[in-house]
Amino acid sequence: MIETLQHRIRDAAARRSALRLRGGGSKDFYGNALRGEILDTRGYAGIVDYEPTELVVTAKCGTPLSELERALAANRQILPFEPPHFGADATLGGCIAAGLSGPRRASAGALRDFVLGVKLIDGRGQALSFGGRVMKNVAGYDVSRLIAGSLGTLGLIAEVSLKLSPAPPEERTLRLETSQARALELMNRWAGQPLPISATAWHDDDLTVRLSGAAPAVRAAAGVIGGETVEGAFWRGVREHSDAFFGGDEPLWRLSLPSTSPPLALEGRQLIEWNGGLRWLKSALPASALRDALRRVKGHATLFRALDKSAGCFAPLDPVLERLQRQLKGAFDPAGIFNPGRLLAER
Amino acid sequence: MGSAVSVINSRDVVTALREFLPERAILHEEEDTRPYECDGLTAYRQLPMVVALPETVEQVQRVLKACASLNIPVVPRGAGTGLSGGALPPGDGVLLSMAKFMRVLRIDPLARVAVVQPGVRNAVVSELAAPYGLYYAPDPSSQIACTIGGNVSENSGGVHCLKYGLTLHNVLGMRGFTIDGEPIELGGEAPDAPGYDLLALAVGSEGMLMVVTEVTLKLLPKPQCARVIMASFDDVEKAGAAVADVIAAGIVPAGLEMMDRPATHAVEQFVHAGYDLQAAAILLCESDGTPEEVDDEIARMKAVLERAGATRMTVSRDEAERLRFWSGRKAAFPAVGRISPDYYCMDGTIPRKRLGEVLNFIAAMERKYNLRCPNVFHAGDGNLHPLILFDANDPEQLHRTEQFAGEVLEKCVEVGGTITGEHGVGVEKINQMCVQFGAPELELFHAVKGAFDPRGLLNPGKAVPTLARCAEYGGMRVHGGKLPHAELPRF
Repeated sequence: MIETLQHRIRDAAARRSALRLRGGGSKDFYGNALRGEILDTRGYAGIVDYEPTELVVTAKCGTPLSELERALAANRQILPFEPPHFGADATLGGCIAAGLSGPRRASAGALRDFVLGVKLIDGRGQALSFGGRVMKNVAGYDVSRLIAGSLGTLGLIAEVSLKLSPAPPEERTLRLETSQARALELMNRWAGQPLPISATAWHDDDLTVRLSGAAPAVRAAAGVIGGETVEGAFWRGVREHSDAFFGGDEPLWRLSLPSTSPPLALEGRQLIEWNGGLRWLKSALPASALRDALRRVKGHATLFRALDKSAGCFAPLDPVLERLQRQLKGAFDPAGIFNPGRLLAER
Repeated sequence: MGSAVSVINSRDVVTALREFLPERAILHEEEDTRPYECDGLTAYRQLPMVVALPETVEQVQRVLKACASLNIPVVPRGAGTGLSGGALPPGDGVLLSMAKFMRVLRIDPLARVAVVQPGVRNAVVSELAAPYGLYYAPDPSSQIACTIGGNVSENSGGVHCLKYGLTLHNVLGMRGFTIDGEPIELGGEAPDAPGYDLLALAVGSEGMLMVVTEVTLKLLPKPQCARVIMASFDDVEKAGAAVADVIAAGIVPAGLEMMDRPATHAVEQFVHAGYDLQAAAILLCESDGTPEEVDDEIARMKAVLERAGATRMTVSRDEAERLRFWSGRKAAFPAVGRISPDYYCMDGTIPRKRLGEVLNFIAAMERKYNLRCPNVFHAGDGNLHPLILFDANDPEQLHRTEQFAGEVLEKCVEVGGTITGEHGVGVEKINQMCVQFGAPELELFHAVKGAFDPRGLLNPGKAVPTLARCAEYGGMRVHGGKLPHAELPRF
């Protein structure tokens, strides 16, 4: 089956014909315009190796994310970066290619932090293997982590090995009423204390905090945080964008900035995660105004969901970085066939 | 580096550097350059043509531009504690010492970051963060000497990385220069920088892609308390199985280390850590967090270790005892250095479940090569540090040692692991790269290097072997008429 994928890629490379790598299509909305003949990865699926005592799972790209998470849950383990699915059809390959992390990111780490190895089909149709199934590996450049978040523009992620965490024995979600400025201060202050906080979110004068860990630690921390206990289902709504905040027709912006940046005075509604490092904005403001505002605070703005993406989804790169990125793209995909333009605009 | 660069002599280089560097920042007399001839891997030595010791970021940029225009190699160097020869100097170029970049530029306790220059020593970061209840998690054993710049180059680990990650997981951003002296900034305090994750690529790139001048580090809240269990086992394999049992119980210890009897004996004479000298192996299993969490976790760990056959367990009663238990582990290399004229440290990583098999293999190699090999082991993350004892003054012993190490590293690859977990490839393990990777992967590594450094001037000849070298190495190691990687092109 991998040979079938390799064959399709070699053929497309020979014709210099664009390929659109696609799993369940749950993240078709993300990134710049899609182009090319669809190469469906769902046929290449299944868990290859899962040893709970190694805290590592290896699975093929077409494996449904929900199926993978079920297998881990049966052993009381989780994907520590809590990835959004954005649809029932989400696959593991798409999850890694999108590189998006969920509410646990500020405490546990980003998706790329947990990628241990990949098997990749490059633009020449070669099946390449980088990293491995062990926690520590510094042999060769860390290509597997470069692949995370590359939106399928460097190669087809055929297989991936991920580091796992044990599921926390206890979780509790607390909510307290507070202004945005005060919430930003509290979230950052708490993050500097040894508290088992696994997620934070602020919206509409409500600060919501999730505690995860051993029962006595959660209990003790709840006393420090205060507020009232609410349903943990809230986090699914934030992660999957099914929460009411994400409704409506205005474009959704994903603002990434230093967590201690003061409240951004921008027209529109905001929902804040990751102790202030991630701020979702529903706003019709022009892209240039937003990007300038974010540059001033050493952040960047991604046009996450919008009907009109003509402003470009991703913040423009510094010219030297852009040159390095294009050269890397050329090293992996010399014919430029993989998802052209989805990450770096076509020239 | 071929004959193309041999027309440049040190006088030309010194003249070019004098344009912008003070005299004290340029070393070219043999008596001055001699201390730079090797890093922590002393078996490989090369006198650098010139050593540059810039003091400002602008001077670093000008050194790079000067070398690029002279078309000569540049090798960056931190404290020179690396164990794989990554900072082995160029005989025909400039060794770029970052030793003068020792300033901590900013500590922001609310944002939990430290912005430091690359010559800052690892341990200094945690010392300066301590008043705010924060610390920098990666703690390689050499942390009192090694620098952040070197840690970033090698993606250094330490004894707490199972729970807190490697350097990669604790670096938020870097500034520096390409080989041509162009400024670049990767990552930053804002998460998820746009485009490809060049920060992930640059960390651990062994100084081959860029020269780093500033690093933003993540600081973590210091756990309120920590306690460690010292558990004895009468059998090394049982100790290995106990490690898997701890993980299977849903516990991620803050540290989980193993030492075998030869290692504990070497250490005990040196630091008196209080290790059980009767045990075939000891495990150090640490819990950290709030006092409630630690009590709970220590009880669960003890139950698991007991069921796994621990013959004796001691839990540290106070911070002094905890540090004493760790002092032995952290002093393992120097302790071994006292019982043998020289030692050769390996760094393979394996899936934990193959531990017994690999330790038996190492024991067989001890007999085959007639050399002793104590083992210290980051058991939690499968990273082995077998230490082969030898005398470098005996070339025949050195040769046997290299053969021994090569076989062990290849065994690590065979069981699904890697030749290096945290020390890097450098010049030392470059041949074993041919075993771990095929020709297409190696070619891609060269293409990645080429994207940053098309002329191959930054730390050339390290970390990634040429295919020609692999063909030659493979040719020396024909087993039963079959090449280990028949698909490699042989030049």
